[in-house]
Amino acid sequence: MTEKSSKKEKIPRQPMPEQDSQIRKRNFEEVPLGYTKELAVKEAERCLQCKKPSCMEGCPVSVDIPGFIKSIKEGDFAKAVRKIWERNALPAVCGRVCPQEIQCEGKCILGKKGDPVAIGNLEKFVADMEREHGNGDLPPKSALTGKRIAVVGSGPSGLTVAGDLVLKGHEVTIFEAFHKPGGVLVYGIPEFRLPKEIVYSEVNTLEKLGVKVECNTVVGKTVSMDELFEQGYDAIYVGVGAGLPRFLNIQGENLIGIYSANEYLTRANLMKAYLFPEYDTPLVRGKDVVVFGAGNVAMDSARTAMRLGADRVRIVYRRSRDEMPARSAEIHHAEEEGIEFFLLTAPTRFLGDGNARLTDVECLQMKLGEPDESGRRRPIPIEGSEFKLECDLAVIAVGAGANPLLTKSTEDLKINKWGYIVADPESGKTMKKGVWAGGDIVSGQATVILAMGAGRKASDSIHQYLTWGW
Amino acid sequence: MFEILERQDMADGTVVLNEISAPLIAKKAKPGQFVILKANETGERIPLTMADTDPNKGTITIIYQIVGKSTALFKSLQVGERFQDVIGPLGEPTHIEKLGTVVCVGGGTGVAVLHPITRRMKEINNNVIAIIGARNKDLLILEDKMKAASNELHVCTDDGSYGHHGFVTDVLKDVLEKEDVKLVVAIGPVPMMKFVCSVTEKYKVKTFVSLNPIMVDGTGMCGCCRVSVGGKTRFACIDGPEFDGHKVDFDELMQRLQAYKEQESVAYEKFLHE
Repeated sequence: MTEKSSKKEKIPRQPMPEQDSQIRKRNFEEVPLGYTKELAVKEAERCLQCKKPSCMEGCPVSVDIPGFIKSIKEGDFAKAVRKIWERNALPAVCGRVCPQEIQCEGKCILGKKGDPVAIGNLEKFVADMEREHGNGDLPPKSALTGKRIAVVGSGPSGLTVAGDLVLKGHEVTIFEAFHKPGGVLVYGIPEFRLPKEIVYSEVNTLEKLGVKVECNTVVGKTVSMDELFEQGYDAIYVGVGAGLPRFLNIQGENLIGIYSANEYLTRANLMKAYLFPEYDTPLVRGKDVVVFGAGNVAMDSARTAMRLGADRVRIVYRRSRDEMPARSAEIHHAEEEGIEFFLLTAPTRFLGDGNARLTDVECLQMKLGEPDESGRRRPIPIEGSEFKLECDLAVIAVGAGANPLLTKSTEDLKINKWGYIVADPESGKTMKKGVWAGGDIVSGQATVILAMGAGRKASDSIHQYLTWGW
Repeated sequence: MFEILERQDMADGTVVLNEISAPLIAKKAKPGQFVILKANETGERIPLTMADTDPNKGTITIIYQIVGKSTALFKSLQVGERFQDVIGPLGEPTHIEKLGTVVCVGGGTGVAVLHPITRRMKEINNNVIAIIGARNKDLLILEDKMKAASNELHVCTDDGSYGHHGFVTDVLKDVLEKEDVKLVVAIGPVPMMKFVCSVTEKYKVKTFVSLNPIMVDGTGMCGCCRVSVGGKTRFACIDGPEFDGHKVDFDELMQRLQAYKEQESVAYEKFLHE
């Protein structure tokens, strides 16, 4: 081993400074405080600058990770963020919400013996530096082509497509059904994990580049896809998200105090119910809260409930800890904030009082059996193990299905038996001419970065079509 | 967009009509569909079924009763002012076909929603009997319009201050006894719709109701508006707002409408105080 590399390994992974868990669990401020310049440079120095960087293989949009880290090491943060922009228009978002441990950081060579380079923290750092202290330079834009693209949905995949295509000189309009742009980044992911100001700043950058954003427009209702073509759009990208909440389909599910995670988070985040009565949208503020599911959305719901004054928040999950799909950082943060975990537990029915308000949920204990079709060990109920959890608020975060609103109004857009749009996995091309689709409405519920990856592939294909034809 | 072009106080100031500029929605909307409105930045998203549209003028009309802070805030908006957000048209339109004799029953501001459906039913040559009701004469709305939109109009007031003294269901029973009614459309307060359905069930006459549960996005995304219909959970925003009234669990709907009763009164009192 050379002297140089042994010196590098001695620097430990720089921990992210965070708000104290006992304070933050009652506020909506962002949890990580962000690296200082010194911490960022020190962390960047840990990178081995591999000749064949495996971290990049783990990135769905192939960001030049060693490249941007090298610029941080050299103290050129503006150059670092521009390196990321070449492949990813939303680094401030991705640095916060990507599951780095199974992507870039999961592949980092340093992780084999110790801790991987904190790629996510570094990405967040340079994006924040640019937003707060940058010179406001926009990326260079190609000459105008005269082609018009409609992007349906302003979530992560739609924003990626809009950003890519506007830079290639096309005229892009985003249509958003809600009254604010950002999709799941705004209605779903809470303020303490992704401040909304960051999303609006990213959207604002797109607008400065010439992207038009039309809110309050439900494509399929306010305007149909065929009408968009009639209006002169040359191509349409559909990135509307999954957007149909799954319920448990058990007795008592319509009692007051039971929410889908989509509703609970939309009220809290987009409608700012946490600021009621300054904001008009109300929300049941539970003292005893139960959240079903163990993905990121479940962690977001549980931590939101804690911040809204709950005494106890419990996550109920029918599988074991190993199968929990949330980012490890989210699980860790939830535990630090005092969220309890009832693993190998499944709900059987909800109970309410005379006013139909939730009082209890009855659960059943489970054990793990043989692996099922998902490769995870199947939970099997243990007979006679029923017990009750007292609760006045329950949030169901067991995933989402395909929202039929757009596909129902567009007959020639082919869907599969689950209602997701059929699209080529490499290009995002659908069966309808001139229409591409990507993100959760094609893949089923996944992550922000996978939606962005799908958007990136589709924008390449759309550009090719606008240049050469279908 | 979303400028208020016309504004009218109705029913002693307890009900307000707004004609709003919304050309895209006006062009697409059909009877029975709704919009979601938000007055300002801090406002709540309120679903209201449209009372009328004028595609040529590019306007939609909503008629709403003042029941809490959000509707009081809507009421405070004057001609020339704007709603910050209006989204629509949402939901499935009313299924309108030529059937023969159709009875349209409306109560309270439900009459406003019933009016375009009644008008359209008559336009395609149904024999339309309309029955509308209110607590008293002063609270009755759209009598003239309903008269023009139907072949026969019956008016009821709970206190007998005008028209038939009693509930819409009394008149409905008489009509069902005398006429060969093919369909009843009932729109109004939940208890009214419930009682209408229990009457029509006895006469085995198909009955559609338009439901008004609490909503957030109105596009099927959140499930807030879930209602039990025939033992199954349906979303009023994308599966409705109209359902077969004989299958709807009205008691559950009434309970769910009370979900935020406490918060609503806190917000309303704060608003009135300010």
